[in-house]
Amino acid sequence: MWHLLPRQVESLWTLFTAPVVWALHFLVCYVGGAVFCEKPHLLGSDFGNLRIAIGLLTVMALFMIVFAAALAWRQWGFGTGDPPHDDPTRQDRLLFQGYATLLLSGLSFIAVIFTAMPTLFIMECSR
Amino acid sequence: MSSAATPQSDKAAEEAQLRAVWENPSGWRYWTSVNNTQVGLWYGSTAFAFMLFAGLLGLLVRAQLAVPENDLLSAEFYNQVYSLHGTVMMFLFAVPIFEAVAIFLLPSMLGARELPFPKLGAFGFWSFLLGGVFVCGSIFFNAAPNTGWFMYPPLATSEQAGIGADIWLLGLSFIEVASLAAAVELIVGIMKCRAPGMRINLMPLFAWYLLIVAGMILFAFPPLIAGDLLFEMQRMFDWPFFDAKRGGDPLLWQHLFWIFGHPEVYIIFLPAIALLAMIIPTFAGRPIVGYSWIVLAAVGTGFLSFGLWVHHMFATGLPQISLAFFSAASEAVAIPTGVQIFVFIATLLAGRVVFSTPMLFAMGGIAIFVMGGLTGVMVALVPFDWQAHDTYFVVAHLHYVLIGGMLFPIFAGLYYYYPLIDGKHMSDRVGRFAFWMMFGGFNITFFPMHLSGLRGMPRRVFTYPADLGWDWLNLISTMGAVILGIGMFAVVVDVTLHRRRQPRGEVNPWNAGTLEWISEPEENWGVRSIPRIESRYPLLDQKDLASEVKRGEWYLADAREGRRETLVTSVLDAEPEQVLRVGGTSYVTLVSAATLGTVFVALTFKWWFVSAVSGVAFLAAVIWWLWTGTGHIPEKQEKDVGRGLSLPLYASGVRSVGWWAMFITMVGDGTAFASLVFGYFFFWTIHQDFTGGLAGPGVLWPMTALALFVAAWAATVAARETNRRGSVALARMLCLAGAALSIGGCLAAIAGPWITGMDPTDHVYPAIVWILVIWAAVHGAVGAIMHLYCFARSLAGRMTPRHDMDICNVALYWHFMFVTAFITFSVVGLFPEAL
Repeated sequence: MWHLLPRQVESLWTLFTAPVVWALHFLVCYVGGAVFCEKPHLLGSDFGNLRIAIGLLTVMALFMIVFAAALAWRQWGFGTGDPPHDDPTRQDRLLFQGYATLLLSGLSFIAVIFTAMPTLFIMECSR
Repeated sequence: MSSAATPQSDKAAEEAQLRAVWENPSGWRYWTSVNNTQVGLWYGSTAFAFMLFAGLLGLLVRAQLAVPENDLLSAEFYNQVYSLHGTVMMFLFAVPIFEAVAIFLLPSMLGARELPFPKLGAFGFWSFLLGGVFVCGSIFFNAAPNTGWFMYPPLATSEQAGIGADIWLLGLSFIEVASLAAAVELIVGIMKCRAPGMRINLMPLFAWYLLIVAGMILFAFPPLIAGDLLFEMQRMFDWPFFDAKRGGDPLLWQHLFWIFGHPEVYIIFLPAIALLAMIIPTFAGRPIVGYSWIVLAAVGTGFLSFGLWVHHMFATGLPQISLAFFSAASEAVAIPTGVQIFVFIATLLAGRVVFSTPMLFAMGGIAIFVMGGLTGVMVALVPFDWQAHDTYFVVAHLHYVLIGGMLFPIFAGLYYYYPLIDGKHMSDRVGRFAFWMMFGGFNITFFPMHLSGLRGMPRRVFTYPADLGWDWLNLISTMGAVILGIGMFAVVVDVTLHRRRQPRGEVNPWNAGTLEWISEPEENWGVRSIPRIESRYPLLDQKDLASEVKRGEWYLADAREGRRETLVTSVLDAEPEQVLRVGGTSYVTLVSAATLGTVFVALTFKWWFVSAVSGVAFLAAVIWWLWTGTGHIPEKQEKDVGRGLSLPLYASGVRSVGWWAMFITMVGDGTAFASLVFGYFFFWTIHQDFTGGLAGPGVLWPMTALALFVAAWAATVAARETNRRGSVALARMLCLAGAALSIGGCLAAIAGPWITGMDPTDHVYPAIVWILVIWAAVHGAVGAIMHLYCFARSLAGRMTPRHDMDICNVALYWHFMFVTAFITFSVVGLFPEAL
């Protein structure tokens, strides 16, 4: 049977999904911008294209974070239980993981938008 | 619930045996102890002593700047004093003190007997002590670092920097090894050695923070190690990485230093905040409000802190778009930092607060830190930073952040946790006096620096003229520093003299709920027996837990086989998996640290022969350590740990803690390698033709090296599989073949730049190619030694098809080596061809 969301993964690593997306987005923005400005013509010469590329990348990153958040929301039982999730049960541990992952997705979402915002205002490779 | 009734005398005998197994050696052999309690105390005391030394240097700085045109210190000595002040505070106090606290507290907090690699912890301490004494001692020979704590070239690569720069680079590289060792110990300890039932939603917040911080160390310290390597190659052999005339660029150092340096601020700050997360709930009389939000804040800060490094380089002329990305991230990090502060405030508002001495320091620290954070938001803005850069405004900002975010919480922790050291209490009266002196003195010292900075006073000037409006501000700062010093002195007196007259008091005087308060200061075994945890505050919620633990009614209450043991549990739910036998008292940690230390000291003075001999001795010590201390085949497969639970005594592969240690070490190693590759592409980015018109290593030799290393990797994996299937002879042959292929790979790697005559002193291109190739070759050589080690272990019967930890760990190493070789030889061999 087809499901909108993939099967649940039980791992500590899922906690870090959204921040990792932020880190990759940040790295590509920084490296892309630096190479664009330091190596004229290698990645094109129109700064507008760089802005569009970063815009597209940002949309992709935000989409991935929203997806991670949706998985986290499911792990959190779609918000049916309230924190603190401190019972000594597997169920509460899962809810805690889901909730913490959801919070981190929110922070990463905002941080990705922060990173992309300069491209709204900066028009050239000035120093 | 309690175990089957055991006669009282049996329990007494059990306890005596356990005590004997965990006992410290006496006399001078005491120093061969590896127990976390001792090592934690040594570590903490040493870091504290370095802090006092650096504090005195700070007072010297203030004395010199008290009045204009002062000639108390010469310009050269002043340079050494402020450089060493910053270096010692950052590298020898701020980071090590958290390692000390963690090593001391974590085992009992997690309900473990010991951290998984006690010898590694002791090795880390001895490395830290030797490196620290070397760096600090230099000032008595007028040879201290004199170019600031961040060693910017070209000043620090010039003759003017003298031997102090080498002492800084080599001494601190040695200490960075200690930090990485601590990171391995802490990550594996927190993930795999928690008490049964301590699921990740029940873990003490201190452990959450420490897990994040140890992970950050893995990604933050290696870039500095890579930078140190490049720097020292320039200073020793004239390889021009930072020399603009030969294609180098001083900015590369700034990048590598601050990729380390900014996360380091959070590596310092988070553990201190972790202490507050333990102290505040205790004195608010309620559980923390927003446990998950704290986890959000710790993880979020950990990640975002890696996107801030360029805000130290706003004035270097990078493109504005680059500056803006880092400015944005610097503003974003205020969000998780603010969350932590608000969680604390909410906890205090929701509870009934007892304003004890630890709470005073905690609240004072938060107040100071918030001010530092606000000026941080200001300097994260590029236009403001351009005005304030390298002025006393930045000096004020960083001291508000570090002293509020680290020193005050550490003092809060000292007053809070002191009873765990020997059951005695610090003096409340002295503590309150010290707090108000320190709080007042601190603000009187550092607040005026905002103003002197805004009035244009630059950092690091050894004196200033009288008519610039800086004099009275500096005089006030100096007076404040004296008051601050008196406050700190009061604490020193309390620790060393006053408390000796104190009687022993309750061990848990604050009625705290977390597990570390179960430990018995007079015992060495961490916990008498390892309980099952069902709450975030088990001492409050699990009735009789403390007495059950102390009566030895829980797991692993004995040491029948005369070995030091602790439990290994699963990562998420802390289900028991294995009984881990940990290392005991040993000389090998001292010998390893001493020989490695000698390598670094000898390199500083260019005593090549001594350095080479010490290097061989270090290698021998490490092999001896591994041979005698790891992968021991137990006398039986399983052990009954009590309460009807029987656990295996041996694990290999992903289930073993050794595998995780290798994985974590190699992640750090991979980060250092990535930093060198970053250097290669950095030079490519900034130059039109980064080869400087010089020939590269060609394609043939790099590809040959790659092929040989890939074959060595395949041989390693095949050796692991054939050994597992029982074909021991074939596995041995494959180990030998792996070693031969690997050595062939090393030679082919060197042959590339060697045969094409690349001279690393000519230009930065050959230099960076040589560095990458040498890095791969050294790792290949280490891999070959590992092959031979596995061969010997198999011959000696210490590695069998069932007990294959060694070859599993070596195969893991070779997975990383495969990636290293692939990237290195693709980059040096193919990338220039693709241009």
